[in-house]
Amino acid sequence: MIKVTVNGTIYEREVEPRLLLADFLRHKLGLTGTHVGCEQGVCGACTIILNGDSVRSCLCFAVQADDGEVETVEGLGTVENLNPLQTAFQEHHALQCGFCTPGMLMTGVDLLRKYPLATDAEIREGLSGNLCRCTGYENVVKAIRVVVDAEHGR
Amino acid sequence: MKPPAFEYLAPTSIEAAVAALGGEEAKVLAGGQSLVPMMNFRLLAPSLLVDISRIPGLDDIREDDDGLRIGAMTKHHQVETSHLMQKHFPIVTATMAHVAHLAIRNRGTIGGSLCHGDPAAEWPGLALLLNAQLKTTRRVIPAGDFYEGALATDLADDEILTEIQLPSLAPGTGWGFEEMARRSGDFALAAVGATVHLSGDTVAEARIVAIGAHETPLRLTTAEGLLKDRASIAAVAVAAMDEVSPNSDLHGSADYRRHLVGVLTRRALTAAWERAA
Repeated sequence: MIKVTVNGTIYEREVEPRLLLADFLRHKLGLTGTHVGCEQGVCGACTIILNGDSVRSCLCFAVQADDGEVETVEGLGTVENLNPLQTAFQEHHALQCGFCTPGMLMTGVDLLRKYPLATDAEIREGLSGNLCRCTGYENVVKAIRVVVDAEHGR
Repeated sequence: MKPPAFEYLAPTSIEAAVAALGGEEAKVLAGGQSLVPMMNFRLLAPSLLVDISRIPGLDDIREDDDGLRIGAMTKHHQVETSHLMQKHFPIVTATMAHVAHLAIRNRGTIGGSLCHGDPAAEWPGLALLLNAQLKTTRRVIPAGDFYEGALATDLADDEILTEIQLPSLAPGTGWGFEEMARRSGDFALAAVGATVHLSGDTVAEARIVAIGAHETPLRLTTAEGLLKDRASIAAVAVAAMDEVSPNSDLHGSADYRRHLVGVLTRRALTAAWERAA
């Protein structure tokens, strides 16, 4: 039995040790916002925040998150009330098919919390572990830039 | 894919962890950033994982008279943002930017990377370059004696790396680290780290380590011995190419990697020379 707080709600579930955290979120909790792409840590689609740090939920067993705190894309905002990063993604066309978007958003959240992101090069470096096959990344960088600038009153 | 089934233990003492490792097809789980993908690929199927992340006291960076002591469970991102590391070993801080991506650096550990022993990874090469002493539950192993081959170390099955000791560099030691990877965060096609300590106009000590160019990180001792002055760097770089034995794969041929070792040695040594005081 493990106890994990996800987006502020405490969940207790019986899990097999081999259950990946991504599958725990999707299959045990029904939180399918976290997407599973490569299952080898390369694509970044499954990125979530665990105990304050962005991590690959495909490279973490659910048992390792016991007593931990998880934030997923479902915790950012709702369809009616998007958070500022989600709004920027929408307004600047930072997604097309949307598969990579939850990972992009959660990586973006971690970057916005930890780094000044003074240059676009910093944003690009920060996003380098998240693959997108549609957008060409330009608009993702732009969306994050808009949020950084708004936070600094620019 | 999904990993095969295994038993899981998360002991809260190092003694309990060592005891759990005896006698089974067991693996230590540190940050899991190399082990879990290998299990997902079913390249590895341990019957037991011993998660050492709940053992207190293994993840700090401390300064003492001899240098720095880094707990084996210290994460790459902690190292990247450590003021102590920046102060004593700016080469390590600079090199962290080459280690995978933020989400991997947030979870991957120094000890895990060293024990996994990928010949193209940064930490095994840094450990060799900086003459790290690797403290385990049994002994202290010099980094130069730690690797037996690709992904193979001298560690016993029930031995756990607990601390990495980095001895202080001589004052005024210059450094350089240069890496070539296909994409940001990928494993190195090749990388070279160098330190240069000058005594007046002569070279008191030079160390050069190549990564991704041999089945283990490799000190290029012949090349090191040829460094006499700034003008000799070109000859050192040529010697470095002769000293490595890289493999070919779909990312790059052996010849290309050998060429890279020459170019990166020249760049790393030039940077080290310019930083040396």
